[in-house]
Amino acid sequence: MTSIGTGYDLSNSVFSPDGRNFQVEYAQKAVENGPTTIGLRCKDGVILACEKLITSKLLVPGSNKRISTVDRHIGIATSGLIPDGKHFINRARDEAISWRRNFKDSVPIASLADRMGSYAQAYTLYSSVRPFGVTAIVAGADNDGPGLYMIEPSGLYWGYFGAATGKGRQAAKSEIEKLNLSELTLLQGIKEAARIIYVAHDDNKDKEFEIEMTWVTKDAKTANAAVTGSRGMIWNGWVHEEVPKELLEEAAREAKKAVEEEDEEDDDAKGEEKMDEDL
Amino acid sequence: MNQFPHGWGRPRDDVYGAYDSSYLNSTEPVSHTQRPIVTGTSVLGVKFNGGVIIAADNIASYGSLARYDNVERLLQVGTHTVVGAGGDISDMQYLHLLLDNLLIKEQYPADDHALLAPQVHTYISRVLYQRRNKFDPLWNSILTAGADPKTSEPFLSYVDLRGTTYTAPALATGYGAHLAVPILRRHVPDEEACASLSQEDAEKLVEECMKVLWYRDARSGVKYSWAVVTKDGVTTGNNKIENQSWKFAEMIKGYGAQNV
Repeated sequence: MTSIGTGYDLSNSVFSPDGRNFQVEYAQKAVENGPTTIGLRCKDGVILACEKLITSKLLVPGSNKRISTVDRHIGIATSGLIPDGKHFINRARDEAISWRRNFKDSVPIASLADRMGSYAQAYTLYSSVRPFGVTAIVAGADNDGPGLYMIEPSGLYWGYFGAATGKGRQAAKSEIEKLNLSELTLLQGIKEAARIIYVAHDDNKDKEFEIEMTWVTKDAKTANAAVTGSRGMIWNGWVHEEVPKELLEEAAREAKKAVEEEDEEDDDAKGEEKMDEDL
Repeated sequence: MNQFPHGWGRPRDDVYGAYDSSYLNSTEPVSHTQRPIVTGTSVLGVKFNGGVIIAADNIASYGSLARYDNVERLLQVGTHTVVGAGGDISDMQYLHLLLDNLLIKEQYPADDHALLAPQVHTYISRVLYQRRNKFDPLWNSILTAGADPKTSEPFLSYVDLRGTTYTAPALATGYGAHLAVPILRRHVPDEEACASLSQEDAEKLVEECMKVLWYRDARSGVKYSWAVVTKDGVTTGNNKIENQSWKFAEMIKGYGAQNV
């Protein structure tokens, strides 16, 4: 980066002469090394998935969640600095509760994304703070159906059919682009999500990882009883919860197999080329 | 120059005269809720073998006027708890909001822990007691009914606007405490009696008590909701008092449109 040392990157909220805010760009760099995190907006719900590298054998499997429940119908996955993500989630939870208190209604996904976007953007404006070192993928559903938004450290947010961030985002994005998300169901989607996490995983650098996956669903058969059980409460009928263990394990197994087969084919192809050369 | 910051930015006394602050002085002390406005009447609850049944009618009264006849006063909280409220309906609705938020916060950790009836009861009792200490009570008397999903141990507890709590094999709030509890106690004097009471008999017992209340409590309604909690969760339903007989009314003398 040639701009380093020009002095325009020392304080937040200061533009460089060519119109950039370096502190925000550095925050984005922090995310680019974060764990691969994707969101898929399917026909009947939304999926969030995260590649969680196992940093220590002492960690309990499934601990240190990166995807959080914000309200019954909303989940947020963050990639980047973990504590920044936790603060961001706490703010989102407060926003959701405050919306309930004010309007006696579940917060619409677009409104929550808008508020959280504004919140993140406010952290680019003052020299006394730094931007969030996270990109957040907001998944939920409301009266307009499933919704998926991605909020970046700059405060920029868009609605997406499919979103990806973190280390493997390029590979993940090109895989997501191949999907027909407006026709994909949740049950198909979890298999695709698991496959994409495996494809985007860099075998050479990182070894062990587990997949964390949640969905936003309206299916009462699979939905968490603790949520659906209560009557007379403010709830729009959608549930954000972990994908049932059996389904996730099956999806992960199939994804691993598919990726390994692909690798073998590649190896075979390479081998044949080599033989051709030898001949 | 006025050296006191209090006066800065205000109309100058020497130009406009002294500020008349008399209207700010209130002769009344601060007042909070001093009476309920729209009210619900009794809630009944009985423990039986393997669970608990709770019932409340659907009337919300404005004084003696039966203002609303389709009000749900039983709230399911989580999977194994039902909360029934008598007293002020708007305070009940506020309490529903608190319990709703409590449930949402309980979801955050995504573990397998769930709030059960004893925790919900304690939470409500702390809220009510704190409000009475502020001299601004939530004007309700509340029954919390539930069953343990593992042991099927039934739970039934009472709390009122003063934060008073107690528990018994059979409970009722409001008029029910006078009219229904004696009937209930005849059938379930103690915990042992509950253990030998079947769900079917408990349902009949509650039906009988709701009928007595419909006859004798002038704030009660003919339609009521019930909920049964067992280890398998909550089942709910609505009922209407059938086979009424008002023959005895002919015999009553001393008031009404009578010429004798």
